[in-house]
Amino acid sequence: MNPLLIFNALSNWIVPALILLALLYGYLRGVKVFETFVEGAKEGFDMAVRLIPFLVGMMVAIGLFRGSGALELLTLVLTPVLRLSGIPAEVLPLGLMRPLSGNGALAIAVEMMNTFGPDSLLGRMAATMQGSTDTTLFVLTVYFGTVGIRKTRYALITGLLGDLAGLLAAIFICRMVFH
Amino acid sequence: MINLLWAGMIVISIIVAAINGEIENITPLIFSSAENAVTIVLGLISILVFWLGIMKIIEKSGFIRIIIYFLRPLAHWLFPGVPRNHQAMSAILMNMGANLLGMGNAATPFGIKAMKELQSLNSNPDTATDDMCTFLALNTASFTLVPTTIIALRAAAGAQNPADVIGVTIAATFCSATAAILSDRFFRYFYRHKKRRQIFIRK
Repeated sequence: MNPLLIFNALSNWIVPALILLALLYGYLRGVKVFETFVEGAKEGFDMAVRLIPFLVGMMVAIGLFRGSGALELLTLVLTPVLRLSGIPAEVLPLGLMRPLSGNGALAIAVEMMNTFGPDSLLGRMAATMQGSTDTTLFVLTVYFGTVGIRKTRYALITGLLGDLAGLLAAIFICRMVFH
Repeated sequence: MINLLWAGMIVISIIVAAINGEIENITPLIFSSAENAVTIVLGLISILVFWLGIMKIIEKSGFIRIIIYFLRPLAHWLFPGVPRNHQAMSAILMNMGANLLGMGNAATPFGIKAMKELQSLNSNPDTATDDMCTFLALNTASFTLVPTTIIALRAAAGAQNPADVIGVTIAATFCSATAAILSDRFFRYFYRHKKRRQIFIRK
Protein backbone atom coordinates (compact mmCIF):
# COMPACT_ATOMS: atom_id res chain seq x y z
CA MET A 1 0.00 0.00 0.00
CA ASN A 2 1.14 3.54 -0.71
CA PRO A 3 2.64 5.01 2.47
CA LEU A 4 1.19 8.38 1.53
CA LEU A 5 -2.33 6.96 1.76
CA ILE A 6 -1.63 5.53 5.19
CA PHE A 7 -0.25 8.88 6.37
CA ASN A 8 -3.34 10.63 5.04
CA ALA A 9 -5.80 8.21 6.57
CA LEU A 10 -4.01 8.41 9.92
CA SER A 11 -3.97 12.20 9.76
CA ASN A 12 -7.64 12.49 8.93
CA TRP A 13 -8.78 10.03 11.56
CA ILE A 14 -6.76 10.79 14.61
CA VAL A 15 -8.40 14.06 15.72
CA PRO A 16 -12.06 13.11 15.21
CA ALA A 17 -11.40 9.70 16.76
CA LEU A 18 -9.79 11.23 19.81
CA ILE A 19 -12.67 13.70 20.30
CA LEU A 20 -15.21 10.91 19.90
CA LEU A 21 -13.47 8.66 22.41
CA ALA A 22 -12.86 11.49 24.86
CA LEU A 23 -16.51 12.57 24.91
CA LEU A 24 -17.98 9.06 25.09
CA TYR A 25 -15.55 7.85 27.72
CA GLY A 26 -15.79 11.06 29.73
CA TYR A 27 -19.60 11.06 29.70
CA LEU A 28 -19.85 7.40 30.65
CA ARG A 29 -17.39 7.93 33.50
CA GLY A 30 -19.64 10.65 34.87
CA VAL A 31 -17.47 13.63 33.97
CA LYS A 32 -19.46 16.85 33.59
CA VAL A 33 -18.23 17.18 30.04
CA PHE A 34 -19.36 20.68 29.22
CA GLU A 35 -18.27 22.27 32.50
CA THR A 36 -14.92 20.51 32.20
CA PHE A 37 -14.60 21.64 28.60
CA VAL A 38 -15.13 25.27 29.58
CA GLU A 39 -12.63 24.98 32.42
CA GLY A 40 -9.95 23.68 30.07
CA ALA A 41 -10.89 26.11 27.35
CA LYS A 42 -10.08 29.01 29.67
CA GLU A 43 -6.54 27.66 29.89
CA GLY A 44 -6.41 27.72 26.11
CA PHE A 45 -7.21 31.41 26.13
CA ASP A 46 -4.53 32.13 28.74
CA MET A 47 -2.05 30.11 26.73
CA ALA A 48 -2.73 32.13 23.58
CA VAL A 49 -2.41 35.44 25.44
CA ARG A 50 0.82 34.33 27.13
CA LEU A 51 2.20 33.60 23.68
CA ILE A 52 1.87 37.22 22.47
CA PRO A 53 5.13 38.62 23.94
CA PHE A 54 7.14 35.65 22.64
CA LEU A 55 5.60 35.91 19.22
CA VAL A 56 6.10 39.67 18.93
CA GLY A 57 9.74 39.42 19.98
CA MET A 58 10.56 36.53 17.68
CA MET A 59 8.59 37.71 14.70
CA VAL A 60 10.31 41.09 14.78
CA ALA A 61 13.71 39.38 14.92
CA ILE A 62 12.97 36.94 12.14
CA GLY A 63 11.14 39.55 10.06
CA LEU A 64 14.16 41.82 10.25
CA PHE A 65 16.53 38.96 9.56
CA ARG A 66 14.69 38.09 6.37
CA GLY A 67 13.75 41.63 5.32
CA SER A 68 17.21 43.11 5.74
CA GLY A 69 18.87 40.52 3.51
CA ALA A 70 20.80 38.92 6.39
CA LEU A 71 19.19 35.56 5.68
CA GLU A 72 20.25 35.76 2.03
CA LEU A 73 23.78 36.42 3.20
CA LEU A 74 23.73 33.43 5.54
CA THR A 75 22.28 31.30 2.77
CA LEU A 76 25.02 32.40 0.42
CA VAL A 77 27.70 31.39 2.92
CA LEU A 78 26.09 28.05 3.65
CA THR A 79 25.02 27.18 0.10
CA PRO A 80 27.64 24.46 -0.50
CA VAL A 81 26.76 22.63 2.71
CA LEU A 82 23.03 23.05 2.20
CA ARG A 83 23.10 21.95 -1.42
CA LEU A 84 24.95 18.80 -0.44
CA SER A 85 22.57 17.94 2.36
CA GLY A 86 19.34 19.01 0.67
CA ILE A 87 18.27 21.19 3.60
CA PRO A 88 16.58 24.45 2.56
CA ALA A 89 18.21 27.53 4.11
CA GLU A 90 14.85 28.93 5.18
CA VAL A 91 14.53 26.31 7.92
CA LEU A 92 17.87 27.15 9.58
CA PRO A 93 16.60 29.74 12.09
CA LEU A 94 13.87 27.33 13.19
CA GLY A 95 16.31 24.44 13.53
CA LEU A 96 18.63 26.54 15.66
CA MET A 97 15.84 27.85 17.86
CA ARG A 98 13.98 24.56 18.36
CA PRO A 99 16.12 23.08 21.19
CA LEU A 100 16.51 26.47 22.90
CA SER A 101 13.07 27.98 23.26
CA GLY A 102 9.68 26.38 22.68
CA ASN A 103 7.79 29.61 22.28
CA GLY A 104 10.61 31.14 20.25
CA ALA A 105 10.57 28.22 17.82
CA LEU A 106 6.78 28.27 17.74
CA ALA A 107 6.93 31.92 16.73
CA ILE A 108 9.36 31.19 13.91
CA ALA A 109 7.25 28.26 12.70
CA VAL A 110 4.15 30.48 12.67
CA GLU A 111 6.03 33.17 10.79
CA MET A 112 7.14 30.63 8.17
CA MET A 113 3.63 29.25 7.72
CA ASN A 114 2.32 32.75 7.16
CA THR A 115 5.12 33.84 4.84
CA PHE A 116 5.31 30.76 2.64
CA GLY A 117 1.73 29.54 3.14
CA PRO A 118 0.69 26.69 5.44
CA ASP A 119 0.31 24.24 2.55
CA SER A 120 3.69 25.00 0.93
CA LEU A 121 6.55 22.59 1.42
CA LEU A 122 8.38 25.04 3.68
CA GLY A 123 5.24 25.73 5.69
CA ARG A 124 4.72 22.02 6.22
CA MET A 125 8.37 21.50 7.10
CA ALA A 126 8.06 24.25 9.72
CA ALA A 127 5.00 22.56 11.24
CA THR A 128 6.64 19.14 11.27
CA MET A 129 9.92 20.42 12.70
CA GLN A 130 8.03 22.19 15.45
CA GLY A 131 6.14 18.99 16.29
CA SER A 132 9.04 16.59 15.90
CA THR A 133 10.71 17.23 19.26
CA ASP A 134 10.34 19.12 22.51
CA THR A 135 12.46 21.97 23.82
CA THR A 136 15.47 20.17 25.29
CA LEU A 137 16.83 23.13 27.26
CA PHE A 138 13.46 23.89 28.84
CA VAL A 139 12.78 20.28 29.83
CA LEU A 140 16.28 19.95 31.25
CA THR A 141 16.04 23.17 33.26
CA VAL A 142 12.59 22.51 34.67
CA TYR A 143 12.95 18.81 35.49
CA PHE A 144 16.45 18.88 36.93
CA GLY A 145 15.89 22.29 38.51
CA THR A 146 12.90 21.23 40.59
CA VAL A 147 14.80 18.42 42.31
CA GLY A 148 18.13 20.22 42.60
CA ILE A 149 20.22 18.06 40.26
CA ARG A 150 23.33 19.97 39.21
CA LYS A 151 25.35 17.24 37.53
CA THR A 152 23.23 16.32 34.53
CA ARG A 153 25.80 13.91 33.03
CA TYR A 154 24.89 12.96 29.46
CA ALA A 155 21.26 14.16 29.50
CA LEU A 156 21.96 17.28 27.40
CA ILE A 157 23.79 15.33 24.68
CA THR A 158 21.02 12.73 24.41
CA GLY A 159 18.42 15.47 24.22
CA LEU A 160 20.27 17.33 21.49
CA LEU A 161 20.90 14.15 19.50
CA GLY A 162 17.17 13.46 19.67
CA ASP A 163 16.47 16.99 18.42
CA LEU A 164 18.89 16.64 15.55
CA ALA A 165 17.38 13.32 14.48
CA GLY A 166 13.85 14.72 14.74
CA LEU A 167 14.62 17.88 12.79
CA LEU A 168 16.45 16.07 9.99
CA ALA A 169 13.71 13.45 9.83
CA ALA A 170 11.09 16.20 9.60
CA ILE A 171 12.89 17.85 6.69
CA PHE A 172 13.53 14.69 4.70
CA ILE A 173 10.19 12.99 5.34
CA CYS A 174 8.38 16.18 4.31
CA ARG A 175 10.43 16.34 1.13
CA MET A 176 9.50 12.76 0.35
CA VAL A 177 5.81 13.02 1.16
CA PHE A 178 4.87 16.57 0.09
CA HIS A 179 7.39 17.60 -2.59
CA MET B 1 21.83 30.97 24.14
CA ILE B 2 18.31 32.23 23.32
CA ASN B 3 19.43 35.71 24.27
CA LEU B 4 22.42 35.51 21.99
CA LEU B 5 20.40 34.14 19.08
CA TRP B 6 17.61 36.69 19.45
CA ALA B 7 19.80 39.74 19.91
CA GLY B 8 22.21 38.44 17.28
CA MET B 9 19.51 38.21 14.64
CA ILE B 10 18.34 41.76 15.25
CA VAL B 11 21.82 43.30 15.51
CA ILE B 12 23.06 41.53 12.37
CA SER B 13 19.92 42.53 10.48
CA ILE B 14 20.36 46.20 11.33
CA ILE B 15 24.05 46.12 10.38
CA VAL B 16 23.32 44.33 7.09
CA ALA B 17 20.55 46.81 6.28
CA ALA B 18 22.90 49.69 7.05
CA ILE B 19 25.59 48.29 4.76
CA ASN B 20 23.06 47.75 1.98
CA GLY B 21 21.83 51.29 2.42
CA GLU B 22 18.33 50.11 3.32
CA ILE B 23 18.24 51.33 6.88
CA GLU B 24 14.93 53.13 6.24
CA ASN B 25 13.23 49.72 5.92
CA ILE B 26 14.02 48.67 9.49
CA THR B 27 11.38 50.65 11.36
CA PRO B 28 8.42 49.69 9.14
CA LEU B 29 9.58 46.05 9.24
CA ILE B 30 9.49 46.10 13.04
CA PHE B 31 5.97 47.50 13.11
CA SER B 32 4.56 45.16 10.48
CA SER B 33 6.13 42.08 12.11
CA ALA B 34 4.84 42.99 15.56
CA GLU B 35 1.37 43.61 14.17
CA ASN B 36 1.45 40.28 12.34
CA ALA B 37 2.36 38.50 15.58
CA VAL B 38 -0.69 39.83 17.39
CA THR B 39 -2.99 39.03 14.45
CA ILE B 40 -1.71 35.46 14.41
CA VAL B 41 -2.34 34.97 18.11
CA LEU B 42 -5.91 36.25 17.67
CA GLY B 43 -6.45 33.61 15.01
CA LEU B 44 -4.92 30.99 17.27
CA ILE B 45 -7.23 31.64 20.23
CA SER B 46 -10.26 29.89 18.72
CA ILE B 47 -8.62 26.54 18.08
CA LEU B 48 -6.50 26.54 21.26
CA VAL B 49 -9.56 27.24 23.38
CA PHE B 50 -11.46 24.34 21.83
CA TRP B 51 -8.61 21.89 21.95
CA LEU B 52 -7.56 22.54 25.53
CA GLY B 53 -11.21 22.11 26.50
CA ILE B 54 -11.26 18.63 24.96
CA MET B 55 -7.92 17.87 26.60
CA LYS B 56 -9.36 18.73 30.00
CA ILE B 57 -12.12 16.17 29.47
CA ILE B 58 -9.53 13.53 28.58
CA GLU B 59 -7.54 14.45 31.67
CA LYS B 60 -10.50 14.36 34.07
CA SER B 61 -12.05 11.15 32.73
CA GLY B 62 -8.93 9.08 33.39
CA PHE B 63 -8.67 8.20 29.71
CA ILE B 64 -4.88 8.18 30.07
CA ARG B 65 -5.14 5.02 32.17
CA ILE B 66 -6.19 3.04 29.10
CA ILE B 67 -3.07 4.14 27.27
CA ILE B 68 -0.90 3.48 30.32
CA TYR B 69 -1.95 -0.15 30.20
CA PHE B 70 -0.14 -0.52 26.89
CA LEU B 71 2.84 1.58 27.94
CA ARG B 72 3.69 -0.39 31.07
CA PRO B 73 5.93 -3.05 29.47
CA LEU B 74 7.86 -0.38 27.59
CA ALA B 75 8.34 1.63 30.78
CA HIS B 76 9.68 -1.40 32.65
CA TRP B 77 12.23 -1.94 29.92
CA LEU B 78 13.24 1.73 29.81
CA PHE B 79 13.57 2.19 33.58
CA PRO B 80 15.20 -0.94 35.02
CA GLY B 81 16.19 0.94 38.19
CA VAL B 82 12.62 1.78 39.19
CA PRO B 83 10.70 -0.86 41.19
CA ARG B 84 7.50 -1.91 39.41
CA ASN B 85 5.01 -0.60 41.95
CA HIS B 86 6.96 2.46 42.99
CA GLN B 87 5.30 5.89 42.89
CA ALA B 88 7.92 6.94 40.36
CA MET B 89 6.67 4.34 37.88
CA SER B 90 3.08 5.58 37.96
CA ALA B 91 4.18 9.21 37.57
CA ILE B 92 6.42 8.23 34.65
CA LEU B 93 3.53 6.35 33.02
CA MET B 94 1.14 9.27 33.45
CA ASN B 95 3.74 11.58 31.91
CA MET B 96 4.31 9.26 28.94
CA GLY B 97 0.56 8.88 28.38
CA ALA B 98 -0.03 12.62 28.47
CA ASN B 99 2.81 13.26 26.03
CA LEU B 100 1.47 10.59 23.68
CA LEU B 101 -1.90 12.34 23.57
CA GLY B 102 -0.27 15.69 22.88
CA MET B 103 -1.22 17.05 26.30
CA GLY B 104 2.00 18.93 26.96
CA ASN B 105 0.42 21.03 29.70
CA ALA B 106 -0.71 17.98 31.63
CA ALA B 107 2.52 16.09 31.03
CA THR B 108 4.76 18.61 32.81
CA PRO B 109 3.25 18.29 36.33
CA PHE B 110 3.43 14.47 36.06
CA GLY B 111 6.99 14.81 34.86
CA ILE B 112 7.96 16.93 37.84
CA LYS B 113 6.29 14.42 40.16
CA ALA B 114 8.22 11.63 38.45
CA MET B 115 11.52 13.49 38.94
CA LYS B 116 10.79 13.98 42.65
CA GLU B 117 10.06 10.27 43.03
CA LEU B 118 13.17 9.33 41.07
CA GLN B 119 15.15 11.62 43.34
CA SER B 120 13.94 9.60 46.34
CA LEU B 121 15.64 6.57 44.75
CA ASN B 122 18.85 8.56 44.24
CA SER B 123 21.74 7.99 46.62
CA ASN B 124 23.66 10.97 45.29
CA PRO B 125 21.18 13.89 45.29
CA ASP B 126 23.13 16.39 43.18
CA THR B 127 23.89 13.94 40.35
CA ALA B 128 21.38 12.58 37.84
CA THR B 129 20.75 8.83 37.92
CA ASP B 130 20.63 6.65 34.80
CA ASP B 131 16.85 6.50 35.01
CA MET B 132 16.60 10.28 35.32
CA CYS B 133 18.66 10.67 32.16
CA THR B 134 16.40 8.20 30.33
CA PHE B 135 13.35 10.08 31.55
CA LEU B 136 14.81 13.34 30.29
CA ALA B 137 15.65 11.77 26.93
CA LEU B 138 12.08 10.57 26.60
CA ASN B 139 10.67 13.98 27.43
CA THR B 140 12.98 16.07 25.26
CA ALA B 141 11.97 13.90 22.30
CA SER B 142 8.32 13.86 23.44
CA PHE B 143 6.92 11.13 21.22
CA THR B 144 3.38 12.12 20.40
CA LEU B 145 0.41 10.77 18.46
CA VAL B 146 -1.53 14.02 18.33
CA PRO B 147 0.60 17.12 17.70
CA THR B 148 -2.12 19.45 18.93
CA THR B 149 -0.29 22.76 18.72
CA ILE B 150 0.75 22.09 15.15
CA ILE B 151 -2.80 21.37 14.02
CA ALA B 152 -3.96 24.55 15.74
CA LEU B 153 -1.23 26.60 14.10
CA ARG B 154 -1.97 25.25 10.65
CA ALA B 155 -5.68 25.86 11.12
CA ALA B 156 -4.97 29.43 12.20
CA ALA B 157 -2.74 29.99 9.15
CA GLY B 158 -5.58 28.86 6.87
CA ALA B 159 -4.35 25.43 5.81
CA GLN B 160 -6.74 23.45 3.61
CA ASN B 161 -6.47 20.37 5.78
CA PRO B 162 -4.74 21.35 9.05
CA ALA B 163 -4.41 17.74 10.18
CA ASP B 164 -2.59 16.45 7.11
CA VAL B 165 0.87 16.73 8.70
CA ILE B 166 0.03 14.41 11.60
CA GLY B 167 1.38 11.34 9.82
CA VAL B 168 4.71 12.94 9.00
CA THR B 169 4.97 14.46 12.45
CA ILE B 170 4.46 11.06 14.07
CA ALA B 171 7.20 9.66 11.84
CA ALA B 172 9.59 12.52 12.70
CA THR B 173 8.90 12.40 16.42
CA PHE B 174 9.40 8.65 16.30
CA CYS B 175 12.87 9.22 14.80
CA SER B 176 13.75 11.75 17.47
CA ALA B 177 12.53 9.48 20.28
CA THR B 178 14.41 6.52 18.85
CA ALA B 179 17.62 8.51 18.53
CA ALA B 180 17.28 9.84 22.07
CA ILE B 181 16.59 6.41 23.57
CA LEU B 182 19.35 4.69 21.61
CA SER B 183 21.95 7.27 22.57
CA ASP B 184 20.73 7.11 26.16
CA ARG B 185 21.22 3.32 26.14
CA PHE B 186 24.68 3.79 24.69
CA PHE B 187 25.72 6.29 27.37
CA ARG B 188 24.26 4.11 30.11
CA TYR B 189 26.40 1.20 28.94
CA PHE B 190 29.45 3.38 28.36
CA TYR B 191 29.33 4.96 31.82
CA ARG B 192 28.80 1.65 33.57
CA HIS B 193 31.90 0.26 31.92
CA LYS B 194 33.88 3.38 32.69
CA LYS B 195 32.95 3.07 36.35
CA ARG B 196 33.91 -0.61 36.34
CA ARG B 197 37.29 0.22 34.81
CA GLN B 198 37.95 2.89 37.44
CA ILE B 199 37.19 0.45 40.25
CA PHE B 200 39.50 -2.05 38.61
CA ILE B 201 42.34 0.49 38.37
CA ARG B 202 41.92 1.48 42.02
CA LYS B 203 42.35 -2.14 43.07
